[in-house]
Amino acid sequence: MTFRIAMRRFTRAGLWLAASALAVPVHAARVPIQFWHAMSGELGVEVQHLVDGFNATQDRYQVIAVNRGNYDQTMLAAIAAFRAGTPPDIVQVFDVGTATMMSARGATVPVYALMQQQKQPFATGLFIPAAASYYADAQGRLLSLPFNASTPVLYYNKAMLARAGVTPPASWAQMGAAGTRLLATGAKCGFSTGWPEWIQFEQFAAWNGLPYASADNGYQSFQGVHLLLDAPAFRKHLGDLAAWSRSGVFRYGGPESNALPLFINQTCAMYLDSSSSMAAIAGGARFPWGIAPMPHAASVPGAPQNTLTGGASLWVMARVPADHLAGIAAFLHYLMSAPVQAQWARATGYVPVTRGGYDALQASGYYRQNPGALVAVQELSNKPPLAWTRGLRLGYLPQLRQIQRNALEAVLAGRQTPAAALRQVVQQGDGLLQRFGETAGGER
Amino acid sequence: MGGSRTAGEPLPGTWFRGRWLPWLLLAPQLLVIAVFFLWPTLRALRDAFYQGDAFGLSEEFVGLRHFAHTLGSAEYGHALLLTLAYALLTSALSLAGGFALAVAVEGLRSGRTLFRTLFLWPYALAPAISAALWVFLFRPQVGLGAGLLEHVGVHWNPALQAGQAQALVLATTVWQLLAYNFLFYGAALQSLPPSLLEAAALDGARGWRRVRDVIWPLLAPTTLFLVVTDLTFVLFDTFGLIDVLTQGGPDHATETLVYKLYEDAFRNFDQGAAAVQSLLLMLLVTGLGVLQLRLQRRRVPA
Repeated sequence: MTFRIAMRRFTRAGLWLAASALAVPVHAARVPIQFWHAMSGELGVEVQHLVDGFNATQDRYQVIAVNRGNYDQTMLAAIAAFRAGTPPDIVQVFDVGTATMMSARGATVPVYALMQQQKQPFATGLFIPAAASYYADAQGRLLSLPFNASTPVLYYNKAMLARAGVTPPASWAQMGAAGTRLLATGAKCGFSTGWPEWIQFEQFAAWNGLPYASADNGYQSFQGVHLLLDAPAFRKHLGDLAAWSRSGVFRYGGPESNALPLFINQTCAMYLDSSSSMAAIAGGARFPWGIAPMPHAASVPGAPQNTLTGGASLWVMARVPADHLAGIAAFLHYLMSAPVQAQWARATGYVPVTRGGYDALQASGYYRQNPGALVAVQELSNKPPLAWTRGLRLGYLPQLRQIQRNALEAVLAGRQTPAAALRQVVQQGDGLLQRFGETAGGER
Repeated sequence: MGGSRTAGEPLPGTWFRGRWLPWLLLAPQLLVIAVFFLWPTLRALRDAFYQGDAFGLSEEFVGLRHFAHTLGSAEYGHALLLTLAYALLTSALSLAGGFALAVAVEGLRSGRTLFRTLFLWPYALAPAISAALWVFLFRPQVGLGAGLLEHVGVHWNPALQAGQAQALVLATTVWQLLAYNFLFYGAALQSLPPSLLEAAALDGARGWRRVRDVIWPLLAPTTLFLVVTDLTFVLFDTFGLIDVLTQGGPDHATETLVYKLYEDAFRNFDQGAAAVQSLLLMLLVTGLGVLQLRLQRRRVPA
């Protein structure tokens, strides 16, 4: 009796072993696709959800998502891996890294070419124009896949605005007036800004239809490009910010989203930041708040134009094994599908990058329930982009941004006049752009 | 047996004559030095003369262009002066503070262990962590320290005011270094020969007089050691601290040499400029090391 039971157990164990022995090779035979991304915390969890969804439909490929730190670190890791001959298959690179990736011919595989070669349906027209134009070449072909897209919006404290008897300002002139009213009704500060250089220079330029640099912001060529940031509209805006900083209407809170606590603790009644900060504000704010479009410069004819896409795109690296390419293309195709786009936007607050994703969210009533989420989409597609409001295609963009932030800080602290600070921005920036033109590949 | 040795002759008491065993025993350390020091140094030396793209797809020899560009830039000059001022000021303040605390604590009749433990705490923290604590305390409108400053009438906004940002970095660095200096001065005080102190006491040296004329000169070797370690710490290890506190801003106000190097190398992918800067920084520290050895030989006869 006992022998029989033992025997049965033994055979059962044997069967299980045999089954797993069979299962393991099948599992291992799936081709691994390395996907390096910069999404940590909640966002990282959402990326993993997307990847799990893809892997569940696959028996040939398995995408392995790895968080490599923040945007800077992820890009750096990919570059180091490429130099060492072991690049990841797909890497997420932030908007400002675009020109560096693009100029490195031979380091990446253009996404449009990969999709064509792998016979996956793909067209630039499938994407929201503002998202596509940032990552497309001069011929409108997508070199990377738009992934997480955001744009600046104005967050406002409903109670504080109601107390002052003002509505969210549509123009910068109205912003000044509203700020003065707010101070008069007990507020400590009218508004603050996150990402100063991104919002007050890059997005200010595009939203008001102003060129940021010559050669259509570098889209036409990497050579001979110079900054156009010393135009009167920028000088006036910088002068306004300085005056408001002195009067208390505007309070500067430092780089990135460091100023966010000023809005959360109701020091400032309004706050400009990326639309992707919605979750952070929803988590922190203990008061009714709303989302409005970023103010525009009423004195500039044609404003508002459209805002630029911030966030990141996915690049396919060159020198990856040839048998990975079909899997990479299948994964990118999956990411473009309407349900995946809708799921991603809903969970993260990013803007859907495909028209299909937007339509799916619209049809499900998402934007009726979350009108604030629609503001970013409307800004991005306010008008069809002009040649110089598609995006920025400039090398050393992180450094250019830093130069602008330094200039802004010098002006706000009263150390420099707006005109002198902007002259310096252009002078230093042009030096960098010239250097980039020398190392970047010739015509594009 | 007291005669001098000639080169190559084994030391008295050495029982192996072969050459391979010493090298074998040295090998692990030599390997570490080669991989983590020599190779990167040679690499930086080479990169300093080339201009290339981030991916290493193409590069060209540019001679001394990076050197000229770096040394000629006003930004580098500013960072250099700022770093020197920062290093000297932090070292001086934390040395004086560490010494004063150590003398005070060692002079206590009771509770020495308690104070030693308390003053040592900051040393146990990584610079980035202590910076995070200070950010928490001094975030405008939110932090406790910021609230106190506002209360006494300081319009606190280190994101905009260069002087305030520098003061914040300085205070955090001194706070962290203080613990280290306190530890070493405390240990040195305990190892002072009691007979000397007693002799001084018999001669009537008390209080401040005793500290100035007896203790301070006796602690000179410790001071020398601490000056060099403090300076090295400020030159290199404050990167994390600055990154968390101010990110070099506002308007370059806290951009030290090592922070600028990081920005150029890892944010701007400007390898040539970064290579030049790392070489210059290495020269600076090598100079410090040589100086330390020289002084030590002169002041502390073996």
